[in-house]
Amino acid sequence: MNFSVLQFPASNCDQDAVHAVRLFGHSARLVWHKDASLGDTDCVIVPGGFSYGDYLRCGAIARFSPVMQAVKQFADNGGHVLGICNGFQVLTEAGLLPGALIRNRDLQFHCENIFLKTATNDSPFTSQIPAGKILRVPIAHGEGCYFADEETLAKLKANNQILWQYCDATGNLTDSANPNGALQNIAGICNEKRNVAGLMPHPERACEPLLGSDDGKWIFESIFAALKNKTVAAAA
Amino acid sequence: MKAKIIITPKKAVLDPQGKTVQTALEHMGYTGVTGVHIGKYIEIDLAPGTDKAAASKALNDAAYKLLSNPVIEDYKLEIE
Repeated sequence: MNFSVLQFPASNCDQDAVHAVRLFGHSARLVWHKDASLGDTDCVIVPGGFSYGDYLRCGAIARFSPVMQAVKQFADNGGHVLGICNGFQVLTEAGLLPGALIRNRDLQFHCENIFLKTATNDSPFTSQIPAGKILRVPIAHGEGCYFADEETLAKLKANNQILWQYCDATGNLTDSANPNGALQNIAGICNEKRNVAGLMPHPERACEPLLGSDDGKWIFESIFAALKNKTVAAAA
Repeated sequence: MKAKIIITPKKAVLDPQGKTVQTALEHMGYTGVTGVHIGKYIEIDLAPGTDKAAASKALNDAAYKLLSNPVIEDYKLEIE
């Protein structure tokens, strides 16, 4: 599978994403923000970082870059897109995912390992996560508090679009396990069509035991499985 | 000519900065403060003689698309 990892000025998790994809034997390449085309791509990763210096709002400027027009078109055609951290912020600003990410409720930048509960296996980003498995992955953000108005939140729940929620080590969705004040402990969501997802935690930084956890691999394995199914379906 | 855009967080959105400043004001002894909301102020210089109506239309468009995020923020536009 071919992954395109976007590179904005001040992206800083782009190489980590490329490394994670290659670790599992797939190909990944960087796509510069000024490129208007993605080329041969099966999946796009919008990586973490501080695109355009986080000026104005996180992700606000990146959404207007030429490459994001190509990503929008790719997503509209059913292509799989995963936004991680700043990438999640970019996707909400671009309107590819509902809601917004605002300042952490305690105004602190949080750089720590957290626990994630998978709310549904019914998505290309979660299908391979073992039932009941609590993922231990890092977060590193100052603006990760997920917000959506009541109507949007109700729709997210009705459509099963909440993919991951912050929890404690045993899977309870407690307020103390919520690092940023996100509504309903939301750490990641997908769109209605389920081909675009975003999350604040960094699965790409937790794919090898050497890094303290390889739980992030389940998210990548889910994407690989979804892409494989898609290829098989297309060939049939 | 100048356009002034004031951006504030929507009432339903958590505003931890505002809350922290409100608490600080209370600690300093300032009474009667029932809310603090922290936003952004953007000043845009416009060429002299710019048509006000056209500028207002364009800036409202820009404020909606880029300068504010309508999911979490409200804005007020003034041209003078």
